[in-house]
Amino acid sequence: MRALTWHGKHDVRVDSVPDPEIINPRDAIIKITSTAICGSDLHLYDGYIPTMQAGDILGHEFMGEVVETGPKSTLQKGQRVVVPFVIACGSCYHCSKQQYSGCDNGNPADNQDIAQELWGQVAPGLFGYSHMTGGYPGGQAEYVRVPFSDVGPIVIPDGIDDDKVLFLSDILPTGWMAAENADIEDGDIVAVWGCGPVGLFAIQSALLMGAHRVIAIDHFPHRLALAKGLGAEVLNFEETDIYDALMTMTGGIGPDAVIDSVGLESHGLFVDNIVDQIKASTFLGTDRPHALRQAIVACRKGGRVSVPGVYGGMIDKFPFGALMEKGLTLKTGQTHVQRYLPGLLAAIMEGKIDTTFLISDRMALEDAPKGYKKFHDEQNVCTKVVLKPDWAKAAATGEA
Amino acid sequence: MAESGHPGDIARDDAPSFTSKDSSERGEAAPNGESSVSGVAVTINRPARELYAYWRDFGNLATFMLNVEAIEVRDRDRSHWTVSGPNGSYEWDAIVTEDVDGERIGWRAENSDVPNSGWVSFHEAAPGRGTVVTAMIAYSPPAGILGKLVAKVTQREPAIQARRDLRRFKQLMETGEIATTTPPNREPKS
Repeated sequence: MRALTWHGKHDVRVDSVPDPEIINPRDAIIKITSTAICGSDLHLYDGYIPTMQAGDILGHEFMGEVVETGPKSTLQKGQRVVVPFVIACGSCYHCSKQQYSGCDNGNPADNQDIAQELWGQVAPGLFGYSHMTGGYPGGQAEYVRVPFSDVGPIVIPDGIDDDKVLFLSDILPTGWMAAENADIEDGDIVAVWGCGPVGLFAIQSALLMGAHRVIAIDHFPHRLALAKGLGAEVLNFEETDIYDALMTMTGGIGPDAVIDSVGLESHGLFVDNIVDQIKASTFLGTDRPHALRQAIVACRKGGRVSVPGVYGGMIDKFPFGALMEKGLTLKTGQTHVQRYLPGLLAAIMEGKIDTTFLISDRMALEDAPKGYKKFHDEQNVCTKVVLKPDWAKAAATGEA
Repeated sequence: MAESGHPGDIARDDAPSFTSKDSSERGEAAPNGESSVSGVAVTINRPARELYAYWRDFGNLATFMLNVEAIEVRDRDRSHWTVSGPNGSYEWDAIVTEDVDGERIGWRAENSDVPNSGWVSFHEAAPGRGTVVTAMIAYSPPAGILGKLVAKVTQREPAIQARRDLRRFKQLMETGEIATTTPPNREPKS
């Protein structure tokens, strides 16, 4: 089959690789119909994620059709499914608490040592995101093997476009959980740092959960325009003093809840020395923990701090005094995707949530390297790239 | 006797001796004076009696112990082990030294180039939280400290293997399968 493979910094290629096969009884094989490039894939693209190997297939936002099932899969051939980026077993203690991203069993045992050393406990398995999280081939490919297919994938009814449901795989539940972690109450003003996909979906979710006002902070004019389109008031940190603006706009109180969806955007798994390299690089430009510090300092007394943005190592000058003295509540974590899928699918079907506004580019899987370059170089306008494996085939056979 | 309301100092804390910072105290955990002692625990969301029963059937252990090439069960208390190490295979007879039904199994190696012994215990965690499985492994590396280093570099050090084997045991017992990315007919990549 054809697949987008990683070969090093700014070197991704569409190669011919062996088709995936069923290995374990609960596996299924999915024929991919749509797959997206995630902001966190750019960290792989920039070569910052340790434990990558040349030839690794990337991609953790994907959906498609079931074409093969293991004896213990509950899926049926022909079903359309969206697959969560977190590989969760459904039977460990964490899964029984619906803390799916804490699953003990999704990551092969030999790959669990790094996270155990770095963070104290083992990390879950993820698709297409380094060997530290399992070394599972990802979904920017024609086919993918899905472990624990009886637990993760959600079946999509016919008659609804891929583009409407694809983001159930990661960024929509991630934005939703970010808003849920902000414990929004009636009358609340919620401030969101970062208007990337997760930030935009957090804005949308916060308003659906009853936030009185949402204030969004970024510096890309197009992304701020998208936030405004969702109903947020917007602040450009290159033009405005954010603390002063927030204090004024909240009547001197501070936002009731703050959401840091900057972090390293999504699922970055960094050791501290790698983080230091990133902080020094022009790619990120700003001092990343700056958003988190600013959020904590701006937040009102007794308020809530929600952090969907990813941190992997240590951060300097964390304002713990402000957190303690103001009695803030801090909630964070990788997304428990499986927990949110039925509710979010229903909201999409009922027309309460539309995520298609985010998609700026659709292209053939064969063109994925161009998609990476564009997503990397043109962050203002290129907000989401969706890849279509069957477009490539159509073009190759001249049927397009 | 301490004054009322004033307990005396405790002589030793409640931690397992294999976690001690004091090497001599750590060594006391070695049943037969082995030079290296380590322990690891994992909580498994299954009943203790089920986990004990699976483990007690020693032929099952090769399913999740990756470095074990073969286990031949000779009788209820004796099995012959072939294990791959940093410099080829090692063999020994494992003799059951302790067997508390549903709770604990102890062993000691005989006829071995690598003296080793240990135990595994199965204790109920808090209600609804499954079973705590603890393993202690004591061994004397074949070439002393250097041998241990070589084993660590090649990831075949028994403590590293025990930790990973217990994770695989947990995966197998909780999910019915062992997480992997490697098809059975291919060389491991990850």
